[in-house]
Amino acid sequence: MPLADHILTIATFLPSLGALVLVFLPRENAGRIRTLALVFSLLTFVVTLILIFGFSRSAGGFQFEENYAWITSPPIHYHMGIDGLSLILIVLTGFLTPLCVLVSWTGISERVKEFHIFLLALETGVIGVFVSLDLFLFFAFWEVMLIPMYFLIGIWGHGRKVYAAVKFILYTMAGSALMLVGIIFLYERSGSFDYPQILAQLSDGSLPLTHTAESLLFWAFLIAFAIKVPIFPLHTWLPDAHTEAPTAGSVILAGVLLKMGTYGMLRFCLPLFPGASREFAGLVSVLAVIGIIYGALVSMVQPDLKRLVAYSSVAHLGFVVLGIFAFNMEGMEGAIYQMVNHGVSTGALFLMVGMLYDRRHTRLIKDFGGLGTTIPVFSTFFMIVTLSSLGLPMLNGFVGEFLIIIGAFHARVLWGSLAAVGVILAAVYLLWMYQRVFLGEVTDEKNRQIPDVNRREKWMLTAVVAVIIFMGIYPQPFLRQMDVTVAGVLTRVNPQAVTARNGKLGAPKGQTQAGIAPRPQIRAGSGGASR
Amino acid sequence: MEILLLLMLLPPLAGAALNGIFGRRFSHGLVSVIGCGSAGIAAIFAIAAALTSHLGPDTPPFVHGYFTWIQAGSFRTDFALYYDRLTLIMTLVVTVIGFLIHMYSRGYMEHEGGYYRFFCYLNLFLFMMLVLITAGSYPVMFVGWEGVGLCSYLLIGFYFPKKSASDAGKKAFIVTRIGDAGFTVGVALLFWTFGTVNFPELFPKVAALGLGDQQHTLTAACLLLFLGAVGKSAQLPLYVWLPDAMEGPTPVSALIHAATMVTAGVYMVARSNVLFVHAPEALKTVSAVGCITAFFAATIALCQNDLKRMLAYSTISQLGYMFTGCGVAVFSSGIFHLMTHACFKALLFLAAGSVMHAMSGELDMRIMGGLRHKMPTTFWTFLIATLAISGVPGFAGFFSKDGILAATYSGPLGSPWLYWLLTITAGLTAFYMFRGLFMTFCGKSRVPHDLEHHVHESSSKMTVPLMILAVFSIVAGYVGIPEVLGGSERFDHFLEPVFGSSQNLLASNGVAAAHTASELVLMIGSLTAAGVGILVAYWFYLRSPEIPEGLATAFSGAYRTLVNKYYVDEFYNWLIVQPVVVGSRKFLWQFVDTGVIDGAVNGSAEATADVGQVLRRIQSGNIRSYAAWVLLGAVGWLGYLLLR
Repeated sequence: MPLADHILTIATFLPSLGALVLVFLPRENAGRIRTLALVFSLLTFVVTLILIFGFSRSAGGFQFEENYAWITSPPIHYHMGIDGLSLILIVLTGFLTPLCVLVSWTGISERVKEFHIFLLALETGVIGVFVSLDLFLFFAFWEVMLIPMYFLIGIWGHGRKVYAAVKFILYTMAGSALMLVGIIFLYERSGSFDYPQILAQLSDGSLPLTHTAESLLFWAFLIAFAIKVPIFPLHTWLPDAHTEAPTAGSVILAGVLLKMGTYGMLRFCLPLFPGASREFAGLVSVLAVIGIIYGALVSMVQPDLKRLVAYSSVAHLGFVVLGIFAFNMEGMEGAIYQMVNHGVSTGALFLMVGMLYDRRHTRLIKDFGGLGTTIPVFSTFFMIVTLSSLGLPMLNGFVGEFLIIIGAFHARVLWGSLAAVGVILAAVYLLWMYQRVFLGEVTDEKNRQIPDVNRREKWMLTAVVAVIIFMGIYPQPFLRQMDVTVAGVLTRVNPQAVTARNGKLGAPKGQTQAGIAPRPQIRAGSGGASR
Repeated sequence: MEILLLLMLLPPLAGAALNGIFGRRFSHGLVSVIGCGSAGIAAIFAIAAALTSHLGPDTPPFVHGYFTWIQAGSFRTDFALYYDRLTLIMTLVVTVIGFLIHMYSRGYMEHEGGYYRFFCYLNLFLFMMLVLITAGSYPVMFVGWEGVGLCSYLLIGFYFPKKSASDAGKKAFIVTRIGDAGFTVGVALLFWTFGTVNFPELFPKVAALGLGDQQHTLTAACLLLFLGAVGKSAQLPLYVWLPDAMEGPTPVSALIHAATMVTAGVYMVARSNVLFVHAPEALKTVSAVGCITAFFAATIALCQNDLKRMLAYSTISQLGYMFTGCGVAVFSSGIFHLMTHACFKALLFLAAGSVMHAMSGELDMRIMGGLRHKMPTTFWTFLIATLAISGVPGFAGFFSKDGILAATYSGPLGSPWLYWLLTITAGLTAFYMFRGLFMTFCGKSRVPHDLEHHVHESSSKMTVPLMILAVFSIVAGYVGIPEVLGGSERFDHFLEPVFGSSQNLLASNGVAAAHTASELVLMIGSLTAAGVGILVAYWFYLRSPEIPEGLATAFSGAYRTLVNKYYVDEFYNWLIVQPVVVGSRKFLWQFVDTGVIDGAVNGSAEATADVGQVLRRIQSGNIRSYAAWVLLGAVGWLGYLLLR
């Protein structure tokens, strides 16, 4: 079936098609615009779900590939394909976008049409980033996605929205410029923009890189991604952008845009430049741990709810980076899982802060208090999401954090242990925030009048909570999807860690691993601590 | 069996879900039927499991994995349950006492708001506690471990509009999380050392080691696990959350903060006995921490005037006893005391709740007195529990406390100082418990007039559970009568399949106490201490009440230190809380983040803009200036060519 051969193209451009349809709708009928945007985002979500069912988790390499010559000279291809990593992130994007449409239902009342056009265009950009296998195509999507985000923040944002939008775009562009240099350099040397081809050339030695070249390339890509993640100290765009963006913007920013950074590391930095990755893993891990602790501490003292959640992202993404640079299955799968968790949980936190803002037109923690008595259902939802974010077992956050700590502990005892301290701090800033907003007496009369969740909100939050609980109790469907992909990355950076699990790859479900005590002795990088 | 265990675990979860989601629309009656019913079903199936498990002395523990929970790389943990004789005892204690407390709560919470919410949390707690004790691996245990912590947080903060309540809940969660971080790292260490964290694979692997193998790793792992226990079971230095936890409704204090959750740390150490015996240094830490905590908390309890807080410090102290018993490698003595303590301490709290009910929420013992005439059932049951905790012969606490004291002296890792400190503590315990009893129930009434007419005995919903627990507080000890008294130590023998191999390991390696003494002599020591404690309490608080006041004035410094609980909370606040909060706000956020990092970012942006401003001048659109630039350029170029 021809449609099935182009499913990635469909997933990528279905939202754009929706945007295009919206262009021709009269701006007066906001209801129809919202409904259509919702329909298109839901359709896209359905397409991403179809991908899951068609995806073979035991096959290596990329699936659903589409490869057409686009520009002949230089040889740029329209090359798409996904593996376990991109699949999960695409589904996450598909899940969050309808929620963004829904949360803007009453929150956005000006320029409704343009808002949804930008939102859908953004989704195309994001999915495009995750499916591109041609470096040029990847870069194109990477940049294209900035534009709708810029307008979303700049037009529908709050407070210093223009400052935040410009800061966001310049920060990211500074990184992308470096990455572009890296991409062009790789093209010059390999004669191709095609990612699998370049990877093959680098793996079989037909494209030798000097130590300096590899290090420089590593940093060119890493800095671009580190800004996106963001890794301390490149994070200061994030609190501004997250805080000033409209709710939907914050959700997409936190939910998927940050993951583009960690995705890039896993897709490009590690497999393309394994030597440099090993060399600098210690340094990156230190920055990740600083991010965990620093993000948590700074988050703790924020007076603004959205800023608090924004800084908590720095801490959470620190965990992800730490897991990636642990260079073992446990840490890396935990990291990918945590990427999804963070998307769902922090996305949900932004959704809920947005709902509070719609009701009270303030985000300052001190303006709230005692909401547990006035809006009990909302408070319960908020509690569950808070608990998921602080890593309570049986909810999604725990699985990722736990695997990351296990993995990181093996790679670097001290940093793994310090990450565990970050878990304590997460409880501190989240519970303290929860206490000040929801517990205690109602001090401000305005808080007595606010309505509890309406039906639309209840269904949105129920969906989120269902995902949170499911991912906490039964993470296997997700973890299994990543096995082959993660093993592939590890084959490049730390083959021993893969050998340890060769026995299990493809082994039937339920076969125990008792008796195998793999202890690949890796001490990658300079920051390795000895036990 | 795997079905039976599920039938025990799932009803409380279902009850929590039903009451949590729909409870708002249910009547009180329906809520309590669901809440108590599910707890009752759990208790029935716990008994059924105990009866049908047929765990002989050599039967391996029953293990069943229901589904793979987390698998990544070589890490794999199933959602597995583990049932052996230790689990058997724990499930019985938790479900039976849990059920009684559910029943009691019907009466206690009758007139409180959030009735459904209370039963939802209580059911959820029961489920999580059962997960904790039936878990077949450390990660699954951690599910219950954090789950009970969550319920504790929710229930302490049950009256959340009150700031002190929400503060206490938050404090409990955060302080125990400090321990949990240690626990997590400990699990990671175990995983990378042994390749598994599942009990049925891990324990045999460790048991196969000789004493001294992997000792450093195991010591580190055990100490990290113990850090988790220190947080959860409120030992020094992480005990500070438990007294504040008394902000919660009293049934919660009885169930969570006395009988079950706080003993989770003891259970975990006992469950991990195979690991701990390979790390004698870790075990010595356990007994030292336990023993010092027991003494320390007892001294604070001496001067508390709040009935529940006094009981809270008493709990911390008794948990210290249990840890000491485990720490000297006589794990069964710790579990025995855990069981008897669950009965009498739950009773003490429930009786205190009954008093509190009668006194309209008042807990200050200084304005009580003489309540026994108006609340005879509460008085008699409280008296039985007091006798039990004081270690008076014939009551449950006597046998279990005696077991620990004997172990501290002549157990494999015993040491006389442990015995002497705990014996003194036993005296202190008897003193403060009887002080509480006398101040509350005996002597002349000091109840203010407006409360006086309201004082009444509680309804049968509350007194029946009290009476049942009173019976337990007497008979629970008779399962473990020591040999000196003509018993056969049935309890110890029952747990031999669980702890036997660990004890054999120590015995075969010649690890034994340097001192031995006749158990009878040791018993006389502790009895004397208890007797003195009771007599002094009688003398001070019934005969001549002016003496304690005189002492308080004479030693006002010491007295104030004790009343203020050694100022530990203030110290922590000064040393940790304030520096972290203020440092984060002033230094990290306002200075580093906004000032330095963002300053550099904005600075570079401004610098770029400034450069742009300068360069802009070049592009003036003025032909003459362009001509001048061209000339300047030409001259420069020529100059370069000439001077090259």
